[in-house]
Amino acid sequence: MPRAKVQRKSTSIDMTAMCDVSFLLLTFFILTATARQPDPLDVTIPSSTYKLKVPDLDMGILSIGKGKVFYEIVGKDIKMATLGKMGEKYNINFTPEEKERFGVIGAFGVPIQDMKNFIAMDGEKRKAFLANSGGIPADSTNNQLAEWVMQSRHSVAELHSTQMRVSIKGDAQEEYPTVKKVVDILQKQKVNKFSLITSAEGDAQ
Amino acid sequence: MAELDTSSGGGKKGGKVRTKKANTKVDLTAMVDLAFLLITFFMLTTSLSKPIAMDIAKPDKDDNSVERNELRASETMTILLGKNNKVAWYMGEAGKSKPNVEGFGDIRKSILDNKKKVAEATGGRQIIMVIKPTSGATYKNFVDIMDELSIAKITTAPAIDDENITDAEKDFMRQAGILDK
Repeated sequence: MPRAKVQRKSTSIDMTAMCDVSFLLLTFFILTATARQPDPLDVTIPSSTYKLKVPDLDMGILSIGKGKVFYEIVGKDIKMATLGKMGEKYNINFTPEEKERFGVIGAFGVPIQDMKNFIAMDGEKRKAFLANSGGIPADSTNNQLAEWVMQSRHSVAELHSTQMRVSIKGDAQEEYPTVKKVVDILQKQKVNKFSLITSAEGDAQ
Repeated sequence: MAELDTSSGGGKKGGKVRTKKANTKVDLTAMVDLAFLLITFFMLTTSLSKPIAMDIAKPDKDDNSVERNELRASETMTILLGKNNKVAWYMGEAGKSKPNVEGFGDIRKSILDNKKKVAEATGGRQIIMVIKPTSGATYKNFVDIMDELSIAKITTAPAIDDENITDAEKDFMRQAGILDK
């Protein structure tokens, strides 16, 4: 009697479909992930149990750390419009190319007088320059920070017809008076509501 | 992964010389592995790294309207933020009740206790919180205390007052060694 032959089956699975799907997902996630701009000012944000997410649009972010203040405007069109307004205010003429370049710069912390040089630099130099700069001047005689906030709020109101949200991203170890100084600038412009940016706490209840 | 070679038919019998068919299948295992690893990475980073906003409302400085709400002193808890991560809190009016100095670990319990006491004494009214950060406090202290209030489910907006720090409060904080200047 002949032995019953066991049909031998291939153990390899066709993975083409799986591969297709996974790469489709991968592409989706890569495209939706927003590339994070590196922060020129090294801030460790405190954590909290709040659940409200930071909106992505129409925002001005004030980074506070080591007594310096950096400002970041979200949105290219707003950035370009704000720079134009600031130029008018301080009698500096920014060319359209300079505005275009400024539109892709993230946070900045230079006096408006140095802005032209700053825009002309390339990425590496800019980084080094920001590391040594003293932030945006915010004292009472030369309050450029207040001007930046004001002009960006105008730009948001004109271009997007909505209110700009002001967020404060402070270093955890920053002393309160520095934060108070910035808050006072905001309150002078009747911005009484603002958000503090925090990270999610691990043991949130 | 092991792949069984099932294509070999009994090739021993002579005859025509067959051109050997190359296997066109590529092993996709490694590729799929990598793709899923990257998917996991991107999924986690997109949803988790999003910072969180804590909304703060401060009273209008130039508000000269006459109608100011008087706070009932007995229902008010004032928290002073001092240096070295210490807080001082008291109920009622400054100088009349003795403040307690605590660290951030214990303040939650005090807030909850006082909240309960006020609710019991007044028939369910909410406690009123006044936060007074002084110059020795760090930004983190301020965020932490706002966070504690939200954990304690205090729904009335806390008053943030960094200007009117009374002499009685300053005196006490100096004694406790948590005043900056």
